[in-house]
Parts: sequence; C-alpha cells; structure tokens
Amino acid sequence: MSPWREGFKRLRRYPSALAGLLIIVALLAMALYAVLAIPYADAQRLWRGGEIWYDLPVNAAPQWLDRLTGGQAPPTLKVTSRDAAVQSRLFDQVRIQEQTLRVDFYYQQFPSEINLFLAADFTRRQPFVRMLWRTPDGVEIPLGARRIGASERISISQDQALARRLGAPPQIGLFAEPAPPEGLAGGEPGVRQGSYQLVLETVHFEPDTTIEAELVVYGRVHGLAGTDHQRRDLLVALLWGTPVALAFGLLAAVGTTVTTLIIAAVGVWYRGWVDAVIQRLTEVNIILPLLPILVMVGTLYSTSIWLMLGVVVALGIFSAGIKMYRAMLLPIREAPYIEAAQAYGAGSGRIVLRYMVPRILPVLIPTFVTLIPTYVFLEASLAVLGLGDPILPTWGKVLHDAQAQSALYHGFYYWVIGPALLLMLTGLGFAMLGFALDRVFNPRLRNL
Amino acid sequence: MTDSASGKKRGLGRDLRRLGLFVGKRLLALFVTVLAGVYLTILIANMGGQVDELRLVQIKTAAAEMVRADPAFHDLPSAEREALMASQVQLEVERLRLDEPFIWRSFDYLYRAMVLDLGRAEEMHSDTGSRRVYNIIVERLPATILLFGTANLLVFFVSVYAALKLSRRYGSALDRTVIGLAPTSAAPAWFYGIFLILLLAFIVPLFPTGGMVEVPPPENPWAYAASVLKHLALPVTAMFVAQIFISIYSWRTFFLIHASEDYVEMARAKGLPDRLIEQRYILRPAMSPIITSFLLMLIGLWGGAIILEQVFNWPGLGTLLFQAIGHRDTPVIIGSVVIFAYLLAATVFLLDFIYAALDPRVRIEGGGR
Repeated sequence: MSPWREGFKRLRRYPSALAGLLIIVALLAMALYAVLAIPYADAQRLWRGGEIWYDLPVNAAPQWLDRLTGGQAPPTLKVTSRDAAVQSRLFDQVRIQEQTLRVDFYYQQFPSEINLFLAADFTRRQPFVRMLWRTPDGVEIPLGARRIGASERISISQDQALARRLGAPPQIGLFAEPAPPEGLAGGEPGVRQGSYQLVLETVHFEPDTTIEAELVVYGRVHGLAGTDHQRRDLLVALLWGTPVALAFGLLAAVGTTVTTLIIAAVGVWYRGWVDAVIQRLTEVNIILPLLPILVMVGTLYSTSIWLMLGVVVALGIFSAGIKMYRAMLLPIREAPYIEAAQAYGAGSGRIVLRYMVPRILPVLIPTFVTLIPTYVFLEASLAVLGLGDPILPTWGKVLHDAQAQSALYHGFYYWVIGPALLLMLTGLGFAMLGFALDRVFNPRLRNL
Repeated sequence: MTDSASGKKRGLGRDLRRLGLFVGKRLLALFVTVLAGVYLTILIANMGGQVDELRLVQIKTAAAEMVRADPAFHDLPSAEREALMASQVQLEVERLRLDEPFIWRSFDYLYRAMVLDLGRAEEMHSDTGSRRVYNIIVERLPATILLFGTANLLVFFVSVYAALKLSRRYGSALDRTVIGLAPTSAAPAWFYGIFLILLLAFIVPLFPTGGMVEVPPPENPWAYAASVLKHLALPVTAMFVAQIFISIYSWRTFFLIHASEDYVEMARAKGLPDRLIEQRYILRPAMSPIITSFLLMLIGLWGGAIILEQVFNWPGLGTLLFQAIGHRDTPVIIGSVVIFAYLLAATVFLLDFIYAALDPRVRIEGGGR
C-alpha cells in the first residue's frame, strides 16, 4: 500500500491535480444532487416535455445572464384566481362574478407571450366570460368574450383581431406606452411600467359553478439555465447530464482498460497461439473504425445509451492498448517472484490476476483517468450527431437540439454555452488530474 | 577470394529468401486481417441480414404504391392487381438478389469488396449523378484531404518542432505553460469548432459558419481558392487548437526520454553543438516513432471526423459516411470501410520496412538472430 500512499503524497504537490480533483468532486456532488433531487423516472418524464412545462416561456435566457448584463427582462409572471379580488352579483337566472387579476409589471422589456388558462366546472350550461384589460393609467382594452369549456387555453398573444386593433402583437401592444400623437416616429414603443389588471366578468347560469383563471405572462428569462424550444427547463438536462456523463465515462474507461489489461496479461502468460490469436484480433479491431460503427449501431439498432456503452467496451477490449500493456508485461513474466509463485503451486489464473496485473495497475491509472473525458465527449459526440439516448437528458442532446434549432444563429448563446461549459469542465477536471497522475506514477517520467 | 565472393552471394541469396519469406508472411497476415475486418463490417452494416428484411418491406410498399397510384391499373380486377404487385416485388427481389440466403451474399459482398469492386449505391448518388460507389467516394475525397491534411500536417510539424525546442528548455515558463495547457485537448475539435463559430462567425462575423465554398461558387479560380481558404480557416483552427498542446506535450516527453539516454549525455560532454545533438543524437533514434505517427496520421485524416464535418457542414467523407448510414446505404458504408482498411494495412506493411531501414536494432530482430 505504501507506493500508493507515497504517490498521493507526491500528487499533492501539483496544483493542477488539486484543481482537477476539486472539479471532479464538484461534478460528483452535482451528479448526486441531480439523482436525489430529480429521480430517474421524473427526469425522463420531464425531458419528454409537453404539458408539464406549459407555464415556462419558449427560448428564455437564464435570469442571471440578463441581470449580469444590466438588463431588466421580465421573468414569467403568474396570477391565479386565488389571489384575485372576486365580486359576485346575483340576478334572477344568472350570477355575475367579477375577478380582477393583477399583474405588477416593472420591467424594461415586453413579455414574450400571454396565455390565459380557464377551468370551469358546470353541469349543463357553459359559463360565459368577458375579458377586459386595464392599463395602469386606466385605459380599458376589451379582449373579447366567449363561452368556457371545462378547461380552456386562450392565447391572448396570438389573437389576430386584437393585434390588428392594437397595431402590434398583443404582448407588446398591451404593455406599451401610448403611441406619440405624431404617429410612429421612434420605432419600437416603450414599456409602460405599472400595475395592470385583467378583469374577468363571468356570467354563470348555474347557482354554484365556479371558474378558475390563471393568467401567465411569459417572461424572457428563466431560472439558472433558461429554457429550450419546447419550454423545457434546461436545468433538468444540465443537472441530469452530469450523472449520465460521469457514469458513461467511468464505466467505459474501467470496462475497456481493465478488460484490455487482463487480456494482455493472459496473452503474455500463455504465449503461443493464445497470444497470437489475441494479437490478430487486436489488428482486426484496429482496422474497424469506432465512430462509424457506433453510428451504424445507433442508426440501425437502437440509440440506448447502455447499448452504446456495451459496443464501446466490446470494441475497446482489443484496442491498441493491448500492444502497450504486452510490452510492459513481457519483462514482468520473467521476474523471479513469478517463478517463485509457480514453484509453490499458484495456478495460471492466480498468477495473471494477482501477480501480473497489479504490477502495472499504477501505470494504468493515469491512462484510465485521462480516458474518462474521451468517453464523455464520445457520448456527447454521438448525441450531437442525433444518436443520443432518446429518453435521457444529456449535455450532448442539449447541444444537438441547439444545433438543430440554429441556436447560435438566433442568438440563444446560453443554450450552447451551458452544456459546453459543463463538458469542458469535466474534460479539464479529469485531464488535469490524469496528467498529474501520469507524472507521479509513470516511472519513465519520474526522473525527469 | 572466390570463396568469400561465393559466400557473399550465398549470403545475399539467403537474405533475399529471408526477406521474401518475411514479406510473404506479413502480407498474408495483413490480408487475413483486412478480410476479417471487412467481413465484420459487412455483418454490422447489414445488421446480420436484418437490413434485407427492411428492404423487402420497403420494396413491397413501393410496389403496392406504384400499382395503386397508376390510373392505368385502376380498372383491373383485384386479383390481377395483386399478381402485378407480386411480379414487381419478385423482379426487384431478384435484381437485389434478396431471395438468396444472406450468408451467401455476405461472402459475395466480401469477395467484391476485397477486389475493390465497390458496386452501386442503393440510395445515394454523387453530385454529378453517378450511382457508382467509387465515384461517390472519389468526389468527397478532396474535401476531406484538404481539411484534415492541412490541419494534421500543421499540427504534426508545429508540434514536433516546438517539442524539440521545448525539450531543450525543459522546466522553463514556456514549457510549464504548454504542460498546463495540455489538458485542454480532452475536448475534441468539433467542440472548439462550436465556440469558434459562435465567436468568429456570429458575434464577430469574420468567417462563414460552414460549407466549403460560397454559394454560388465563384467563377474566377482565384476567387474560388480564396473562398475555400476562408471556409477552411475555422475548422482548421478548431483542429489545431484541439490537438496542438497534447501533441507538443507528448513529443516533448518523448524527446526528453531520448535526451536523457547516456549517449546523448556523452555527446553533450564532448561539447558537440546543440544543433548536432538535436539532429544526430535525439532526432535520428526517435525517427521511427515519428514516422509511424506521421503515417498513422495520414491514414487518420482519410477517415476524417464525422462530427467536425457535420458541425462545419463540410462536404467530405465523414458527412458522406453519416448520410450513408442514415440511408442504410450498405454499399457506400462498406466501400468506405474497405478503402480505409486497405490503406491501414498498406501503412502497417510500409512501416515494417521503414523501421528496418531506419533502425538497425529492428533489422537484427527481424533476422531472427
């Protein structure tokens, strides 16, 4: 155990190793948090998208990014009937109810979208609702009237008639300052800050029907990571990408290096035709191009991340590393202690696993650590090609979506930078540690 | 005197025989290797024959669609229409020889692949409209060679030169900087490509975001070359940034190990000039690994990088292979892999001789002494 402890003591002298370790520990913590905070099944469900994300804006930038650049972009504002003032008037046949939803809007940019969600409970006759928009200085803009089904979604921002009346898309027109009398002189109108009201006047035809309203004024920024084109919170993918990337990198690296080492040792120990077969298999395997085969497997069979992992490991078993390990193991085979082990009757399996493999394990550790980012990036590469696991959120998939939606062209830089930064950190963390380990454990470098 | 001359002759004859035997063995081994590699690819690219079933379904639907869409067949009774469909399917099946068991066809594929009869593509065609796999591959080859050749040659020569200089200034600030930057190579070129596109194509629009030449391509050859150069800049930079530091780092380590050999110390003790030590005592014995990596790099550039080409929309072999896989166009996939395998085998073969020429130690070993 002492050479290990000595190695770690030496490692402490390298600041890059410590920085790398720090990054890895942070990533591990993030992975642990992701797995605990969002269970696997939830992550899949959330990433499938759809109704779950109805109250998030499309393509919103991270909030901190906007604040950092001194912006005053609005987040998403939600007002429900529960915080509304309700007035009821009873008539002969009908009951008229008036709720006022209040939106305090003190931002410098217009919202991106406005939706009103209505849920009514009734038995026979649908209630009837009239909508009225009241600006801070008391101007009233009618938004139309309609019968309400059990659950209704009214896209105010997509109301063409309203847009024509306002002379601008509703999410701008409803929050704009009154146009100057000289007509359009300055281009974009300014935002009028203040407290807006949406008055819902409902006509109920039954004695105890109710109506639940929820007004969502979608912002332009959201949370820590922003959202994508399907309103999904990118934070889910960024968080869950961590355990997926780490697990894939670690398993692939362990799987390939350990199997390769053991096979190399077996070949060296038995010599003869076993060694020859292993060498030939390695040469065949070197001819096979890894990435195209992975793409083939992904396109033709399935894009499950675990299948990909299996193929990576299977193709990695007879990798070029065998030749290197073989060269290292050949002198060990002739070492006196192997002869001694044989003399007291150790079996071949025991000699390979207990006497030969452990001897070069320390040399393997740096290679193994530097291999991890290679596989993390391999997974991301496959995802960027559109061969990512369809149900799991990963960094590569976020990059792929961004690429497919021309995020850079539209200026949604955050969409690319978030996952890219995390990939970079992972790569740097493991590489920094690996390089330092190499200098500590590699006997040829030690004397330099 | 006659004795020694005949001895020399016999010696030469023996050497030649030995050489012939060595070459023969090596060629046979490489041939078997390529054979196995290509056959494996054929199996994978056909999903062990499952692609045929997909193709059969495709043929059936296509035939049914054709008969249904053609107004000339509308009045036919349904039995006759069925027969017509069946005969259409039969024709197509026979044309593609899908009625034979896959295992037979796979050997047929293998034979044709090995004699480089790459056949005709099923879905894809070259820009000039040719269906021959050979034409499709040859058309994409220059683009890949241009991009990866430029970048890899640049990385190779810059890194070997820089490493040689750095290994002489071991421990300096510059040396430590390069070592410190080496971990940045953990990220592949496409990753840097995304950032370069972001910075130099969108935020500061100096370079195009992708493609190989402007659309429409300029008529004037100089303008054409300038346009290609402009499109080349970002992907080459991406590859250069991704590889240069690790490359310098590994060559530097390599040279350092060589420079600490006794004979180098000896030469230094004799007071030989640095230049001579570098060229004769460090570079010369290190030549065979350098050549190896150079040749392997040349091979690697042929294979291209699927993703870098995808990210930069570069019309090379990587993009071709990706499209071929997407179209399940087996002949194109196999054609690419076959050529790749042959090139690799040829390189390995060549390397054996280069080693022997460069390094007397290998020759002695090869002689079986």
